[in-house]
Amino acid sequence: MTASATPVAASLPVVRRRLDRDDVLMRAGLCLLIAWMLVTLVLPLWALLSKSFQNQNGEFVGLANYTRYFSTPALFDSVWNSLFVAVVSTVIVLPLAFVYAYALQRSCMRWKGLFQALALIPILAPSLLPAISLIYLFGNQGVLKDLLFGGSIYGAGGIVVAQVFYCFPHALMILVAALSMADARLYEAADALGASKTRVFFTVTLPGAKYGVISAGFVIFTLVITDFGIAKVIGGRFNVLATDIFKQVIGQQNFEMGAVVGFVLLIPAVVAFAANRITERRQVALVSARAVPFEPRRSARRDWLLFAFCAVVGGTILGILAMSAWASFVTRWPYNLALTLTNYAFGDFDTNGWSAYWNSVELATWTAVIGTVVVFLGAYLLEKTRGFVWGRGVAQFMAMLPMAVPGLVLGLAYIFFFNARSNPLGFIYATMIILVVNSITHFYTVSHLTATTALKQLDSEFEAVSASLKVSLLRTMMRVTVPVCLPAVLDVSIYLFVNAMTTVSAVIFLYSTDTKLAAVTIINMDESGFTAAAAAMAMTIVATSAAVKIAHVFLTRRLERTTQAWRRR
Amino acid sequence: MTDTGAKADAAPYLRIERLTKQFGAFTALKDISLDIFPGEFVCFLGPSGCGKTTLLRAIAGLDIQTSGRIFQADREISNLPASHRDFGIVFQSYALFPNLTVAANVGYGLVSRGMPKVEIQTRVVELLRLVGLPESARKYPAQLSGGQQQRVAVARALALSPGLLLLDEPLSALDARVRAHLRSEIRHLHQRLKVTTIMVTHDQEEALTMADRIVVMNQGVIEQVGTPTEVYRKPKSAFVADFVGTTNFLPALVTGPSQVRFAGVELACELDVRPGIGHDVTLAIRPEDVVVRNIVATTPNTLSARVRDIEFLGSFCRVELMTGGSITPIVADFSINVVRDLAIDEGKEMRVALPAERLRVFPPAPHLP
Repeated sequence: MTASATPVAASLPVVRRRLDRDDVLMRAGLCLLIAWMLVTLVLPLWALLSKSFQNQNGEFVGLANYTRYFSTPALFDSVWNSLFVAVVSTVIVLPLAFVYAYALQRSCMRWKGLFQALALIPILAPSLLPAISLIYLFGNQGVLKDLLFGGSIYGAGGIVVAQVFYCFPHALMILVAALSMADARLYEAADALGASKTRVFFTVTLPGAKYGVISAGFVIFTLVITDFGIAKVIGGRFNVLATDIFKQVIGQQNFEMGAVVGFVLLIPAVVAFAANRITERRQVALVSARAVPFEPRRSARRDWLLFAFCAVVGGTILGILAMSAWASFVTRWPYNLALTLTNYAFGDFDTNGWSAYWNSVELATWTAVIGTVVVFLGAYLLEKTRGFVWGRGVAQFMAMLPMAVPGLVLGLAYIFFFNARSNPLGFIYATMIILVVNSITHFYTVSHLTATTALKQLDSEFEAVSASLKVSLLRTMMRVTVPVCLPAVLDVSIYLFVNAMTTVSAVIFLYSTDTKLAAVTIINMDESGFTAAAAAMAMTIVATSAAVKIAHVFLTRRLERTTQAWRRR
Repeated sequence: MTDTGAKADAAPYLRIERLTKQFGAFTALKDISLDIFPGEFVCFLGPSGCGKTTLLRAIAGLDIQTSGRIFQADREISNLPASHRDFGIVFQSYALFPNLTVAANVGYGLVSRGMPKVEIQTRVVELLRLVGLPESARKYPAQLSGGQQQRVAVARALALSPGLLLLDEPLSALDARVRAHLRSEIRHLHQRLKVTTIMVTHDQEEALTMADRIVVMNQGVIEQVGTPTEVYRKPKSAFVADFVGTTNFLPALVTGPSQVRFAGVELACELDVRPGIGHDVTLAIRPEDVVVRNIVATTPNTLSARVRDIEFLGSFCRVELMTGGSITPIVADFSINVVRDLAIDEGKEMRVALPAERLRVFPPAPHLP
């Protein structure tokens, strides 16, 4: 028996664990994932970056394009315009969403479920929808035009209002989560110390939700600055970065300048993303395991005030949606208000007609199916691979990267990468495949985080137990991990479906005549003056997303009843 | 292997040679060597962070050691992945598959072996009977109590008849009553199956009642290996004396070849370490070893003390004794009988003996009370 404390072990050879079949499989899988992300994300971005340093003949010109960009006021002004609408929208959405979330989490008002559902509607719609509704409400022939006292909805004002509608649910979800965690004991202590309600709010409630507010702020800022659809439809002559890219690339065929603008747009998105990650890291668990969950108490005055607030906000959301719905059924706005279905005969307004809609459904389905498999497998490999530190580090970084890349930039990067003559993968250009690949990459990060969170909730020793029982990890994944994570798997697939259905920014550069998408035809029809048909297409998308979402809710419930019987005690 | 109580004649089943585990700059295991014999029940005992779980995970191949070798049944397994080693494991969380029934959990490893369905069923029934849960085959883990889940985990770990059973704090998630019950159940199971078993625990009572041998660990090194009696009666270090059971630590001075002075009184004792005369040492004695009955003038190692405080603990009383020349009180456990017979009460002056064979001498330890 020796038990010496002297560190003589340094002289002994370092033991390297032999790899078993699972290790080899998983490392190979992780390498595949890295290769996938290289091809779908990193190399395209690299192509974009290098394009911005070239002239039209593909020769390296250093910073010439950038010099031209920053010395052309018509281009550079867009930077300020973009920052302006992003900041203003953020400042407006944050308090609205905070009070709304506060009402949902910390009051005893009625109809919370209804208000929650109402507030999430904008997620199901393309961002173009609020812009179209605003045109019907406040445009040149708008119902409420007089409320503007001669002002115009086209421009910064219209963009901000539409963005508020579009960003509201994203901010709300983060704030609801932030306000859902509270320690009742803190409130009891504050009460016992005789603090006023206002003081309690500023010393307990707000600090507790601080990181949620910051995070929501960054998310809104990024959404607004990278969104393309709203500015396109209602921006008028107010240029922002997103529309500039489009104009440079599609309008003037100036790909190099498009790449420069794309790179400029990447900067605020990356900065906001990095800042958000840093704040998240500084966040410590404010609610300990011993916390007593906070239960709001009735307070008639507060509850009714909040109810009124939610009714106004929720009503506005519903109103904006209803405006598009109504407009889509009107024969000829504003002269003939008789209801009709002719606006839904898309073939009369766009050569692709309904096929664009079916293309969108096809894209959304493929993105949901393939994307869920890729995302879940990727998250599994990242979570469960033993050793292989550098591989996991690289893959983890690449999985987080898409969040910081605006859709337009990604789409443009795809043109440069996949349309290059030397690229053997060029055959997917202008096909449904590139749209699917692009959509999966565009929405990768949020899906990845959802899958990772679900995997982290599993007992980390399942794999150790499997190894001791000589069962392969693949088998354990199929028999245990996937079934237990099924709700999260469904969440990911629905997220991918709805986003692929509504997105316009990334795919606007990548569709061909055969693969034109519903959201793209909204822009085309709006440009051609068929605003009612554009509204009709937007409503079709909303209806599809909503149907899928409702089916998802029912499916999840049924799943909980049948296959997830083990969850019940 | 002098006083470890091991069956030194038998070849070890598991041999650990100079194991070191480093996490970056932190050394979790420092040059650990240990032999475990066939059929033994060994407990790794120590405070959290002492390296006991790290050692267990190295044996299982779940977190491989930085250097050093491990042999199991004469086969070197040092660098084998867990899937190539021969062990069954029960975790503190049990890690039962929540979406599979108890039967499917227990039979999980059997199915992959390609065993016919009927045989699997027979084996599962047999295992569930073994752990006393024959009725629960169709239930899901969430429908069982903590203690029942723990037994399912044990049955699953035993399904492939492993040569080595590893238990990582298997009882610490349970409440006290269930824990005491399962303690003896696991012990009985071990006696019946005779499978070599290693259990990690931070609970000294668990280790003392269950183990054939205890491996006391602290800060990545083994402090002592021995039978429960040895570890309790003859702790090799102040740490062991303090961690296992309760011990008085008294500052003393070496005054002779087997003599120390404490509180101005010369005490005879056995000095293993032999620090030179004039050195400071720490004297250790368990509260129950302080003698108060039958003390006569010739009784060695006696000193006079005054009762400062008396605490009633049910079957015995814990008494704080102050001796003239020391500020450190001696804590003594006296049975209710003794307290009654000698009318021990606060303020009472009396003579107590610290028997030489019960005194342990350790190097002076400033961190100890």
